[in-house]
Amino acid sequence: MAKRIDVSDLDIYYGKFLAVQGVNVSIEPRSITALIGPSGCGKSTFLRSINRMHEVIPGARVEGKVVMDGQDLYAPDTDPVTVRRQIGMVFQRPNPFPTMSIYDNVAAGMRLNAKKMSKAATDELVERSLRGANLWEEVKDRLDRPGSGLSGGQQQRLCIARAIAVEPDVLLMDEPCSALDPISTLAIEDLMTELKERFTIVIVTHNMQQAARVSQQTGFFNLNGVGQPGRLIEFNPTEKIFSNPDEKATEDYISGRFG
Amino acid sequence: MSTSTAQGPATDVAPAPEQRPGGRLPRWAPWAAFVAALAVAYLVGLATSTNVVLLVIYTVVIGTAGLYVASRIVEGPRRAVDRLVTCLVSSAFGIAMVPLVSLAYEVIRRGVLRFDGEFFGASLVGVIGEGGGAYHAIMGTLIITLLTTLISVPIGLLTAIYLVEYGSGRLKRAITFFVDVMTGIPSIVAGLFAYALFVIFFGAGIRLGIMGAVALSVLMIPVVVRSAEEVLKLVPNELREAAYALGVPKWRTIVKVVLPTAIAGLGTGVTLAIARVIGETAPLLVTVGITNGTNLNPFEGRMATLPVYAFYQLTQPGVPPENAIDRAWTAALILIMLVMGLNVVARLISRFFAPKTSR
Repeated sequence: MAKRIDVSDLDIYYGKFLAVQGVNVSIEPRSITALIGPSGCGKSTFLRSINRMHEVIPGARVEGKVVMDGQDLYAPDTDPVTVRRQIGMVFQRPNPFPTMSIYDNVAAGMRLNAKKMSKAATDELVERSLRGANLWEEVKDRLDRPGSGLSGGQQQRLCIARAIAVEPDVLLMDEPCSALDPISTLAIEDLMTELKERFTIVIVTHNMQQAARVSQQTGFFNLNGVGQPGRLIEFNPTEKIFSNPDEKATEDYISGRFG
Repeated sequence: MSTSTAQGPATDVAPAPEQRPGGRLPRWAPWAAFVAALAVAYLVGLATSTNVVLLVIYTVVIGTAGLYVASRIVEGPRRAVDRLVTCLVSSAFGIAMVPLVSLAYEVIRRGVLRFDGEFFGASLVGVIGEGGGAYHAIMGTLIITLLTTLISVPIGLLTAIYLVEYGSGRLKRAITFFVDVMTGIPSIVAGLFAYALFVIFFGAGIRLGIMGAVALSVLMIPVVVRSAEEVLKLVPNELREAAYALGVPKWRTIVKVVLPTAIAGLGTGVTLAIARVIGETAPLLVTVGITNGTNLNPFEGRMATLPVYAFYQLTQPGVPPENAIDRAWTAALILIMLVMGLNVVARLISRFFAPKTSR
């Protein structure tokens, strides 16, 4: 079910401010694509524009094309809600629904979309998703407790379980491990490697070792200066980026000689 | 003040090189100061003609001054100022409590005289002098308040949802402005508005329970909008984004995520808004009028309500006046109990519906 995403000449605006300029990239199905770059260079903005979460912010808009397996995501007749059902997202800060139990949080994608499921099927889905997020063993005895009672790392894994429970085609992750301890991070990375058999995964990360470990393709974003739009400087296979990048800026950033 | 050293966190505890004479006043010092002040005030009172209020004022002033001087001599200026300000703040609290306590005391003392079964069971039909009750007024207040709530909560809540979730630009600013203006409308104006509105359809002199509900809604809607708006703004944006990212449409996000998250605050806001209008008198005087019999149909004829009942019992008590005045006090007591009950309900709502964070 994993799908290919082609982005061409994408300009992303916040009101009049051009935040990201001229992105051209092809994201391969059944692989992990990592986006790296300094803070404020537009990685997250670009990520959010893939599933049309960008336009939730008032005044934000996009010019250019994002095509997923031939389907133009920004076509006038495309419903952003449908896009978001196909392209799931995990956020930087864990955001479980405070009014729902752990169980309900995982089932939220189905419940909120009013999909009718039998109790057994829901149980199975919740267990599978929680196991997938490496959280099952920790919460299986308290599925009816509030999700906000978990630790930060557990909450993030709960959010990942919630996102994969709706079985999207593509999974976007905005620094999903920045709140996790190394063991949980490792579990998430293993999970991503597992999930890439079924999903297309795009991950924004500040952790370059993580990008090197898990991804097959890496994109490097940078901006020329404050107030300038961010650009995709280089997009190459991960091995090439980390061993022999085409651009000097990429090499400087990766080797820590940035700026 | 007395210390010239830097105000590090430990200066207070450590034996700093500080010129503080002596040590501390004993714990009973403030009490002793005020008892002594009371004695002095009493002596002064004997010398001059005085009353209880003056005695209290003398005691507080003399006690505060005495405590300050004693503390300054024994403990140094810094602690003396601390004690002075403590006394001032406590006095301010005491002054603020005076009207509240005296009101509650007076209403309870005079209200319990007729706080009996007949008051809750009987109306005023055929009552001259003793006896009679406010059954009709209690039911009228409950019915009209319920109708007001039914009108105001949907309108107010939807307006707040529009303002927080959808509104932008000029329309949003205009609505916010008019809601602000409406919060300041004098209640009699709301009553006249409802009266003028119904006169168009039913002719002059019309009195209906529903008119009162409309008038009270004019007062209640802005309160509901304001409180609901504040509460909805508190719902973190991340929750909305989390729902959007799951492919949930906006309206479902609002219904299933935003409103449940804010339900405690919304319930509290609505309850307090009800408490705000339940005691309104002027608009009901104009729109609902008063009657001695029980009328439970808000769409036909006059109804009695507790505030208006109390007003008429007090202003037109008949002969002898004592019985009616007693009934007015009891009506006031019931009104206060209703408002207090609503406040308790608001607290319970915010406690039981708040998002749970316990493990």
